[in-house]
Amino acid sequence: MEKFVYIALFAPLLSSLLVALFAARPKMLFTGILASALIGLSMVASFVLLIDVNANGALHVKMMDWIDAGNLHVPFGFVVDQVSVIMMVTVTLVSTIVHIYSIGYMDHDKSFNRFFSYLSAFVFSMMILVMSDNFVGLFIGWEGVGLCSWLLIGFWYHKHSASWAANEAFIMNRIADLGMLMGLFLIYWQIGSFQYDIVFAAVKSMDITIVTTIGTFLFIGAMGKSAQFPLHTWLADAMEGPTPVSALIHAATMVTAGVYLVIRCGELYTLIPHIGFAIASLGAFVAVFAASMALVNNDLKRIIAYSTLSQLGYMFVAAGLGAYWIALFHLMTHAFFKSLLFLGAGNVMHAMHDELNIKKMGGLYGSMKATAILMSVASVALAGIYPFAGFFSKDKILEVAFNHGAYYLWFALFIGAGMTAFYSFRLVMLVFFGEKEHPKYGIHPHEAQPFVIYALMPLGLLAIIAGFFEHSFEGFVTRLLSHYEVHLSHGTEWALIAGTSAIAISGIAFAIYMYSRGGFSKSLENRACYKLLINQYFIPKLYAMYIMRPFTVLSHFIWQKIDVKIVDATVDMIAKIVYGTGTKTRQMQNGNLSDMLRWMIVGMVVLLALAIFYRPMV
Amino acid sequence: MITLTHYLVLTGILFSIGLVGVMRRTNLLMLFFSTEILLNAVNVGFVAVSKYYGDLSGQMFSFFIIAVAASEVAVGLGLLILWYKRNGSIDLNSLQMMKG
Amino acid sequence: MYEIIAFYIFSALTIGMFTIVVLSKNALYAMSALAGGMIFISGFFFILGAEFLGVVQITVYSGAVMALYAFGMMFFDTTRDVKENIKNKKIAYTLSILSAILILAILCAPFFSGAIQANYPSLQNTGNIQMIGLVLFTKYLVPFELAAIMLLVAMIAGIVLASKKMDLEEEMSEECDVVKEVK
Repeated sequence: MEKFVYIALFAPLLSSLLVALFAARPKMLFTGILASALIGLSMVASFVLLIDVNANGALHVKMMDWIDAGNLHVPFGFVVDQVSVIMMVTVTLVSTIVHIYSIGYMDHDKSFNRFFSYLSAFVFSMMILVMSDNFVGLFIGWEGVGLCSWLLIGFWYHKHSASWAANEAFIMNRIADLGMLMGLFLIYWQIGSFQYDIVFAAVKSMDITIVTTIGTFLFIGAMGKSAQFPLHTWLADAMEGPTPVSALIHAATMVTAGVYLVIRCGELYTLIPHIGFAIASLGAFVAVFAASMALVNNDLKRIIAYSTLSQLGYMFVAAGLGAYWIALFHLMTHAFFKSLLFLGAGNVMHAMHDELNIKKMGGLYGSMKATAILMSVASVALAGIYPFAGFFSKDKILEVAFNHGAYYLWFALFIGAGMTAFYSFRLVMLVFFGEKEHPKYGIHPHEAQPFVIYALMPLGLLAIIAGFFEHSFEGFVTRLLSHYEVHLSHGTEWALIAGTSAIAISGIAFAIYMYSRGGFSKSLENRACYKLLINQYFIPKLYAMYIMRPFTVLSHFIWQKIDVKIVDATVDMIAKIVYGTGTKTRQMQNGNLSDMLRWMIVGMVVLLALAIFYRPMV
Repeated sequence: MITLTHYLVLTGILFSIGLVGVMRRTNLLMLFFSTEILLNAVNVGFVAVSKYYGDLSGQMFSFFIIAVAASEVAVGLGLLILWYKRNGSIDLNSLQMMKG
Repeated sequence: MYEIIAFYIFSALTIGMFTIVVLSKNALYAMSALAGGMIFISGFFFILGAEFLGVVQITVYSGAVMALYAFGMMFFDTTRDVKENIKNKKIAYTLSILSAILILAILCAPFFSGAIQANYPSLQNTGNIQMIGLVLFTKYLVPFELAAIMLLVAMIAGIVLASKKMDLEEEMSEECDVVKEVK
């Protein structure tokens, strides 16, 4: 089985390196096909491993010793257990589809080859992240996906906004990574090892305050990667990247790395339920907070990005409350329908010639039936309607919150579910139905190429049926993760399900009703709360004003005063002294014997003085 | 009683006079005179030390210094004459061919 | 007592003579003063009991060297005052005085210990000349011979330099002009 581990891990690397050879060349179709095939191979290996893990249990592979310095022993080891294999399957499955989709999407881009190289490099980093059996490997993958994310957000680097967004994402992640690094240092300091099994065995007998600190620091890392408040602004801006990137990285896989970290460290977080509850509260807050921003936004991709944020909040609620398998389940189903949603949005963008304002669309159903159906399916799944995937996972999370007695959290999530349903269908209605706005802008939409649609089919299918795997999934994953007992009577459970479904359906119905009649009146746009939401709670402005501006002023100050006037001046002064001495002493060599004699005597005087005053150490 | 120190002080004074000459003079012939003074000053010192320590080495050194001075004068004067024939001047300031 | 008087007289005379050498504008005066100074120096040698060196000083310096200088000066115009463009007198005097003070400080520092061992101690009941002869022709024989060769070489060099190119004078100055033009 070991070879499947290596295939799953290194096929994406091979793909990335091979394609990178042609990165500077004009578009070559085979690079895309090669990359897709290799990622597909990785996916097949992952599925084989899934079956194997199901039959024979976890697989632990130690490839080689990696770092062996002093007391630090870090092997290059991989663990394929129930959690990581689920992540692997999810990642490779979505990646494969995104790769195939990208062949169509990036068709006209002149950096076609480079794109596939980056994309495969991302998959490799993500695989390292989920497969590593120690925190160092995880961190390497963590940074690797951060790097690839930067490369891909800034893929169209000639666009200023894209490179700005890439830098923003990178810097935000760096801030969070500092927290994560602190956590790792603390782990090593306290335990002396980075291996998961050793660490988790050791934390059980450790001082609770230290465990709390470690947990907090690790969660700060997770917050950055999963774009939780207050480090959330980068995710919406990251939509500057190509849409397949948004689908793969900023919806399905990378942003869930934070959730994965919390799940992976579940044994640590079960020891500190107060931190867990804090995580859950933050998650619930973000779930509502992000959903509310999605309500009014007019940018197609940003709406989905906020929705991603909101769903990540749901996952953190589950993970924070100790329902790790539910978090993982929602992670998986979310990956399917959210990437489908994004890829559908990509089709729409293509059709609309990169127009993103949904107010300018409308009535696209006529020209893009397949995309419309797929996106509707994804939206229904996102809204959480039976029997679609989102229903099962999201409903479970609400149940967990209720079961935990955290009624505020439950209520927040409940409201969030309603908002989710509303904004999903606001999107669908404005894009695919209603008045045709696009002819006014001279755009003639057309459906994407057939193979692109076929590539999306599996995702559509999974978005519909993934929920039915709930019980087998639970059985499989809980061999590793702790069980989560729900102590609710059947009546309450049914009432919850009914309530959630009711609010979701009413949200959908409201959206359909309002937007089929031409939407809300313009006067609403002058209300304070609308302004608040459309400006994203003024948080980007706040950051710009209270963090970026002082920092710019400080940097400018340091540049102007300290760097130029002290550092540069010092360096210049050294040069000037040397040059000046040279100019001055050059006159000594004027060829005049009399002056030379004089200098000779000066030298003699100096030597005499030395003879008197200099006493060598005895 | 005249001690060694007296002689050495005298040596120092004579040597400094020689140094003044070396720095002050720009006429090459005068420069030669100054170097003679330097050599003689040192000779006095050597002989005095030789006397007060009862060691003949000092006198030997003086002897050789005199020999060296004599040959220096012979060669130096030859060169000086050659230079004078070329340039019509033995002023140091006309000797600037080494200027870079 | 006589030694003290003699020392001070000779000191005053030598210093005076050498000061004239250094400061005088007239080359002839300077040379005469130098010759005088040399003879007074030999006076010190006699006081110090180094008769041999005293005699050598008079013969070699006052006789040979000064004669050479005198002949040399015939080539140059000595009746005229020596015109010297003296720059930075202050520097010269400062440096000289400074070095004098330093030398004095070194020489007068209490470094004369009694532990100095004479390599060639002067023998009792032997004259200075005899002792010098003994040391010179035993321990310093090789340097002595080398000095003799050196003197020979210097003599030949002096003659060659001063005489050889007499008739090539014109040619030499032309060459020199060419060099100047090139520069």
